Amino acid sequence: MSRRIVIAGASMGGLRAAEQLRAAGWEEEIVVVGDEIHPPYNRPPLSKDLLAAPGSQEEALAAVQLRQRRTATDIQWRLGSAVAAADLAARTLTLDSGEELAYDGLVIATGLRPRRVPVPGPTAGRHVIRRLEDTLALHSELTSRSKVAVIGAGFIGCEAAATAAALGCKVTLIEGAGGPMERPLGHELSAGIRTFLQTHGIDCVAGKRVNEFLDVPGTYTEGAGRCAGVRLEDGTEVAADVVIEAVGSLPNVEWLAGNGLDLSDGVLCNEHLQVLGAEHVVAVGDVARYPDRRAGGPARRVEHWATPADTAKIAAPALVAGLKGDVVPEPAAPLPSFWTDIFKTRIQGVGSPALADTIEVLEGDPSRPWEGTALAYYRDGRLIGAVTAALLADRQLHYRKLVNESGIPAGADLAAV
Amino acid sequence: MKTIDVDRTLCDNHGQCAIAAPDVFRMNADGELEYEATFDDALLDVVEEAIDVCPVQAIFLKD
Repeated sequence: MSRRIVIAGASMGGLRAAEQLRAAGWEEEIVVVGDEIHPPYNRPPLSKDLLAAPGSQEEALAAVQLRQRRTATDIQWRLGSAVAAADLAARTLTLDSGEELAYDGLVIATGLRPRRVPVPGPTAGRHVIRRLEDTLALHSELTSRSKVAVIGAGFIGCEAAATAAALGCKVTLIEGAGGPMERPLGHELSAGIRTFLQTHGIDCVAGKRVNEFLDVPGTYTEGAGRCAGVRLEDGTEVAADVVIEAVGSLPNVEWLAGNGLDLSDGVLCNEHLQVLGAEHVVAVGDVARYPDRRAGGPARRVEHWATPADTAKIAAPALVAGLKGDVVPEPAAPLPSFWTDIFKTRIQGVGSPALADTIEVLEGDPSRPWEGTALAYYRDGRLIGAVTAALLADRQLHYRKLVNESGIPAGADLAAV
Repeated sequence: MKTIDVDRTLCDNHGQCAIAAPDVFRMNADGELEYEATFDDALLDVVEEAIDVCPVQAIFLKD
């Protein structure tokens, strides 16, 4: 009887996992189960080009749908079907329909969902950006007369603020504790990005939390009604027809509860992406928490676009080797990379700049990033990351090479988990 | 024989393909993509890699 690998999650991580399982020589069944009704699609445009001009739902999907490798054949897609629970000892999953699905090997690729701002107030007019439908709904409310409040100044918050401003909206960016993209990029470059956003008419509010969502007078009852803006912790009111909540994400791991796994922040894995405490289970994408062999430090989740592909290339051969009784191959140590586009200015990063203890300017002036700048990020004296802004791709490739050559710290294998 | 076609209306010169398959794709000094439309069969894996890592999915394989 044919054995079966089930992939829980049918977004980019599920697709890359399926492709890499075939590439690793798995010739038996592959079933991919995902709660979205769409085939896997590319999410970065959801806060950028697609938010600016999505067209119809069909056109939007066509613009972002990911292509499946032609070498990855005979994959069963069960779209619109979520995994509700797992019994890892019995190797069965329960779908939201109640159906039980047995597996021999399991890939966890259930990704993230947006965190919401946990304060009281009405719900209509408040948006998050994760799914195609989110972008279509948000776009439909953005007009040149809209007042938009964006809560959170990470990548998605900054991108959404820039997109809305380019559409003519009046935008307030409520940064919260850190400046724009400060955690990954550092204080100096973040301050330069704030200046850039302000130059384009975005009102940046630093260092204040949101205490309450305001309602359109007369519409609010028990959480219903239309949002009219936010009240900050110092009492300031920011009027807004549209609120975008971009305050990070939560890993979708609830369905794995009761199996004795460490689910404190995603699912804890070793450097092979094998889930600790479960046999023949691996994780891919931003739900996986695994040791960063290049930067060192504790296991962590990596929420970059390249993570699903990077982790699938490690996890799939490890799972196939385990199921076939072969030796698990030495894992790769992928170099993370990320980018963002703000008002047509590209910021590209490589490595793990967020883990740096020292930052050095390599070229240009980070307080004016739109004119071109590059920064190096060090941890314990070793180069672990580089970021360029408004520089051509060949400069980014040059800095990437330097980070790549600085390699993996001694003893990194032992530091795993 | 498979050939590569890059949709230049989509290509945004991210340069990820030049990392994945440097024998086929490169970024010139103007920061623009140059590539070989035909490639050795032995490079199919890295070309598929380059197709995967393109942030705007602008690279196509044709028979």
